[in-house]
Amino acid sequence: MDSFTTPLLAGTATGALLLIAALGLALTFGQMGVINMAHGEFLMAGAYTAFLTQQVISNTDISILVAIPVAFVVAGLLGLLLEMTVISWMYRRPLDTLLVTVGVSLVLQQLAKDIFGAQGDPVESPGWLDGNVDVFGYNWPYRQMFTIVLALVSLCVLAALLKYSSFGRQIRATVQNRDLAETVGVRTRVVDRLTFFLGSGLAGVGGVAVSLISGTNPRLGTTYIISAFLVVVAGGLGQLKGTVIAAFAVGIATAFFADWTSASMAQVATFALVVVFLQLRPQGLFTVRSRGLA
Amino acid sequence: MKSAVRTFGPLVAIAVLAVLLLVVAPSVLSPFRLNNLGKYCCWAIAAVGIGLAWGRGGMLVMGQGVFFGIGGYAMAMHLKLEAAGPEGIPDFMLLYGDGTMPGWWEPFRSGAFTLFAIVALPAVAAAILGWAIFKRKVKGAYFAILTQAMAVVFATLLIATIQETGGFNGLNQFTFFFGYNLYDPVNKRMVYSITAGLLIACLVVVWQLYRSRFGELLVATRDAEERVRFLGHDPANVKLAAFVIAAVMASIGGAMFAPIAGIISPSDVDATASIFLIAGVALGGRALLLGPALGALAVGYGRSTLSEQFPDQWTYFLGALFIVVILMFPAGLISAAGRAAGLLRPRRRVRPTAARPAGATS
Repeated sequence: MDSFTTPLLAGTATGALLLIAALGLALTFGQMGVINMAHGEFLMAGAYTAFLTQQVISNTDISILVAIPVAFVVAGLLGLLLEMTVISWMYRRPLDTLLVTVGVSLVLQQLAKDIFGAQGDPVESPGWLDGNVDVFGYNWPYRQMFTIVLALVSLCVLAALLKYSSFGRQIRATVQNRDLAETVGVRTRVVDRLTFFLGSGLAGVGGVAVSLISGTNPRLGTTYIISAFLVVVAGGLGQLKGTVIAAFAVGIATAFFADWTSASMAQVATFALVVVFLQLRPQGLFTVRSRGLA
Repeated sequence: MKSAVRTFGPLVAIAVLAVLLLVVAPSVLSPFRLNNLGKYCCWAIAAVGIGLAWGRGGMLVMGQGVFFGIGGYAMAMHLKLEAAGPEGIPDFMLLYGDGTMPGWWEPFRSGAFTLFAIVALPAVAAAILGWAIFKRKVKGAYFAILTQAMAVVFATLLIATIQETGGFNGLNQFTFFFGYNLYDPVNKRMVYSITAGLLIACLVVVWQLYRSRFGELLVATRDAEERVRFLGHDPANVKLAAFVIAAVMASIGGAMFAPIAGIISPSDVDATASIFLIAGVALGGRALLLGPALGALAVGYGRSTLSEQFPDQWTYFLGALFIVVILMFPAGLISAAGRAAGLLRPRRRVRPTAARPAGATS
């Protein structure tokens, strides 16, 4: 039982992290066709925010709760800045945004290295997250459960926002048909900007969760970004449920592969799995149907 | 007359570059600088391939480090075995492993097999991956991300297999290159000349490809894939061919990189290294014939110079280069210079330019 529950539960926690990271990517990619390679660095910004919050509020029980909204705003503002200074000039060349944001990500990484040092800093987890619960012989740490809860709460808030708020309706309209949305009075560029804020902010929240597990590190973003992108590719665009399923599938599959072989072989296997999966569903799990040529 | 200029002008430009690299550089540069130039040439060979796949084919290949690494490690394995002598095994395997050599190293004792592998391995790998991706019409950003994921996976795998591939340290300390002692400056110069010669050869190959029907079809696929399909061609095959050729070129560059740099390690082939290869192509002009090669030479030189003087700031330069060039000069600095020169000349009939940035229409 142990060799089954351990990877399953640990993988679910990894999947939850991937989910928070991938939600923002899927939003911006689905709506604007923009590939933000600096998204991982927003995750990093969230982790450093958690670290800094802890320097200000030394009570770790509270600081982590404060860090979550602060990280959301910090990463969101970074994203907004990126959108306004760089990406808004490039909506006609989506593939090129990929490279520009690679440049941004290099700069941000080096910046973090220069400010905080190449070595990572530990983020102390609050007392109420110390400890674990025994699940079929696996000592499941509260921190992993916290990640899952955080991911699910973020998901529910985002889903509710998309479904019930007028802003959410505008986002969905823009994703489905930008021209038509524009015609009925949706200011799509404003919507784009807000979506970018929202997606980047989510990465910041994810960063707080990451910091509890592995501390801060200038290269933290690169560890997660590729898996998060694979999640987006496998999940398909335009609908949250694809991202959700893909995130947990990738997280759990990687954990099982790692259990059977090694951590590095698990990466190879997951990559192969995504390529094979794309043979079956080249558009990903779910996609918004359109009448355009695929 | 004019059409002759247009047809053979590029060939003349390649010839000028050949004279500069093969005649002028060896006579004016110190052995150290010449060896550095050799390194840039290796990157330039890979860049020529990227120019073909990305500039003309619209496929943003973000994992060329993998193919660079396949060639590099294949060559390095052979050099390692040559250094160990017949029946000998590489030193690091005694250090980290149990002193036995994995069976798949054995064929690389043969120089002929190594040369064959340098071309065949990346071709097969690229063909399998490309076939899986292009036939299912996965393209654009999806393709770019998959190739980058491939580079990440490849580097992780190398680092994890320290007993088989030297891990993080990579493979180094080569003494012989197909029987020639690498510590002899004359032989070093010969290795440089081979590399520069290969770069010129790759340029001639793409020059011929660009003016062939295949080149036309490739650009057509980049700009309007569906129309190509409706005309009865299979865009997947066109893209696959370009992807495979680009992979082989990257592999050749990597193969020469090992003896010139004296080392090949995961940091030469990972995602960051792949990005670095793209930087030169973007700078020089992705769709031009000479742009990728010249850009890669320039970025290579910039990397050496800047990281000598400001070791930490080099990353800022590389990042800024991407932001500025892609944002403001998507067709490359050479095109920008050409446009500026065009403003000074009296106005003429506008020639249709082939140097449209890929992705402009998608």
